[in-house]
Amino acid sequence: MRSVVLRHIRIVFSFIVLLLLSFLFIDFRGMVPDKAFGPLLYLQFIPSMLKFVIAGVATATGFVIILILTVLSGRTYCSFLCPLGILQDVISRIGGFVKRRFRKYAYKKPYTILRYFILALTAGILLIGGVYVLTILDPYSIFGRLMTYFVKPAAIFLNNQVAGILGKFDIYTLYKIDIKPFELAVYAVPAAFLMLIGFLAFRYGRLYCNTVCPVGTFLGFLSKISLFRIRFDEDKCNRCGRCAMSCKSSCIDFLNKHVDISRCVNCFNCLEACHEKAMSYGLVRFRSSGEPAGPDASRRNFIAGSLLMLAGGSQIIRAQNTTTPVPTKDSTIKEDRLYPVSPPGSSGLSAYTSRCTACSLCISACPTSVIQPSVSEFGIAGIMQPRMDFHRGFCNYECTLCTEICPTGAIMPLMLEAKKLTRIGKAVFIKDNCIVATEKTACGACSEHCPTKACAMIPYEGNLLIPEVIDDICIGCGACEYACPTKPYKAIFVDGNPLHEVAKKPETKKMETAPADFPF
Amino acid sequence: MRSSLGAGLAAGTFMSLGPYEKVLAGKPLPQGANYDLVAVMGGEPAAMFDIGIQALGGIGSFVSKGQKVLVKPNIGWDVLPEKGANTNPALVKRVIEHCFKAGAKEVYVFDNTCDNWIKCYENSGIQRAVKDAGGKMVPGNSESYYQEITIPNGKKLTKAKVHELVLESDVFINIPVLKHHSSTRMTAALKNMMGVVWDRGYWHANNLHQCIADYALYPKKPQLNIIDAYNVMMRNGPRGVSKEDISNMKSLIISTDWVAADAAAAKMMSLDPQKIDYIPISAGMGIGKMDLSAMNIHRIKM
Repeated sequence: MRSVVLRHIRIVFSFIVLLLLSFLFIDFRGMVPDKAFGPLLYLQFIPSMLKFVIAGVATATGFVIILILTVLSGRTYCSFLCPLGILQDVISRIGGFVKRRFRKYAYKKPYTILRYFILALTAGILLIGGVYVLTILDPYSIFGRLMTYFVKPAAIFLNNQVAGILGKFDIYTLYKIDIKPFELAVYAVPAAFLMLIGFLAFRYGRLYCNTVCPVGTFLGFLSKISLFRIRFDEDKCNRCGRCAMSCKSSCIDFLNKHVDISRCVNCFNCLEACHEKAMSYGLVRFRSSGEPAGPDASRRNFIAGSLLMLAGGSQIIRAQNTTTPVPTKDSTIKEDRLYPVSPPGSSGLSAYTSRCTACSLCISACPTSVIQPSVSEFGIAGIMQPRMDFHRGFCNYECTLCTEICPTGAIMPLMLEAKKLTRIGKAVFIKDNCIVATEKTACGACSEHCPTKACAMIPYEGNLLIPEVIDDICIGCGACEYACPTKPYKAIFVDGNPLHEVAKKPETKKMETAPADFPF
Repeated sequence: MRSSLGAGLAAGTFMSLGPYEKVLAGKPLPQGANYDLVAVMGGEPAAMFDIGIQALGGIGSFVSKGQKVLVKPNIGWDVLPEKGANTNPALVKRVIEHCFKAGAKEVYVFDNTCDNWIKCYENSGIQRAVKDAGGKMVPGNSESYYQEITIPNGKKLTKAKVHELVLESDVFINIPVLKHHSSTRMTAALKNMMGVVWDRGYWHANNLHQCIADYALYPKKPQLNIIDAYNVMMRNGPRGVSKEDISNMKSLIISTDWVAADAAAAKMMSLDPQKIDYIPISAGMGIGKMDLSAMNIHRIKM
């Protein structure tokens, strides 16, 4: 196909994908229906693969579709579905507007060793049971963090400005939302990637995708056997070089009339750029001699073998349980928390930390902001992986949103009734910190917030009541810790459960009848 | 334009409803009765309010034409209405309808909730009720909606950040729900003010009972207190664990004196008002009266 339609389809399609996926993260009013997250993220390669291979969710087959799509058509994923790729196209475009010469690309040699080294490192670490390199490099997760850490706060800031003006006119359809930054340390990685990817995209098109991104390298490797690809019609080509100039991947060597298919992201810019209609996208041609070679058997076998390895690797990963995080034990923290708290549905710390790529979708979506990026709570390798931070919020008793939307299977779906009995941690009362004991005045903020009354109030001195924790009905939602007003250390806190447990249901008593007359 | 249309609609639906018309036309109005407190029992929330407020001369005694009214229910928790953790939405709706009937220009409703505010507004049924009545649901989730005020005579609480609507509205109507509270044993009118300030934690950390009483010194206080005692949470309050925590008392207490209202409310729960520390503290500070035996109480059984 030589038509320019392909490029236009790509632009429209990818723009819609970018808008939808951005909105998933920016949606600070919770407008996206819970059920929409799954289908929208179904095709994201790494989340789907982790969910299928590591979490063992048989329906997470999106990555298989991407594999098939790549074998058929090349790196279509990178231009049509990868939100980070599309975002880079937008940045490149802006770069081109700022400086015309940034719009003109030229053929460059690939950084073959570097890209395969990064791919091998990512895959290797993943196979021995560590998700952390993938956490840093998965393009979907990088995109998620950019949205969560930078774009969403900016959107809320804008919203607040408008809401402030509307509020003056008594209109409250927009409301203000307090922006609370994360802990400073967690910005390091997303900020570094924002600068790196932003600069590379602004100046060099898809250089990041073809050098650093392990998904790009992997799909590029696979697309060497793709059936459809960009081709030269050697008879028509007059070597004007417009194709190479338009190629964001710098992969068209027009002098040799050769396209490096492992770097081609199917943006179809070259089809439109070629005045001679010498570039086309179509079924690969088998030739008796010369370039480009058709898919050859040995190469195919090698790639098929790699895929098998990948599938087999799942067994290795599942068998290993080596990534138990180092419990944070900081002597300066008076609340003696042995373990961090992972979200309900994550089943426990080791399963959770080996599946989560810190895309931060749950952080963005959590209506109570209790889910916050960790700094070192899960160990330094777990930086940015979300944890329950009960100083910021508490887990709403009636909510299962994070369990429904997690794309990697790090947090698995929980029915509401099951979630209400899932004990992610347990409350620990420190009497010596408690207002009631120290000030001899009433408080009870903890018990007030407790949804199961695991935090009960029992008689204390005089007319006072003091908290007492009933362990077996505590689910570790952290409402008590959040509400506790003591500073700097709380008088009640939730210690994480390394393996989530099932709590007992709170008992109910039949209510006595109402008074028949006024008691006054 | 929109608000007057809303008011018209509200007034229209209001007039089409049964019991109130009967009250308007039939029973003799207790003019000049000057009750300290009106208690109603045995009806549905809206009907009990119709009759109860009439005993105090109708809402027109409190709301004049063109005024901005703030109605403050308890919307603290993300639970369904039947659990009694939040003010009954039918009551909130009816009070707003009365306000518009009396010519209110606008009726605002908000709460600084404990659970996520959007879920509280929605699942309490109050957002719906307010919209149906033509009132305006206002957010209370951001600190920027709160302004600092001082309470010079407060013993523990001398300043607080209160929601701008408390300062901007002409009339303030307090509609708490009566329920058990794990720490103060009972919450109703006085304690409902913890939802108009930004930093509740300060109250908890600095003698909760005294702070509740201190806040009641602030001059912009409710002109009317309507305590919803329809479904009363008798234990596991203030959030509640199950529907079994509820006693279906079908009652309503109305008073301009919130100390008196809270004292009567405590009695409804078989509690000694003296044991609810903020009640005697408030009475001692001259905020209101708590001796129910010395009051002119109008009791209505439906």
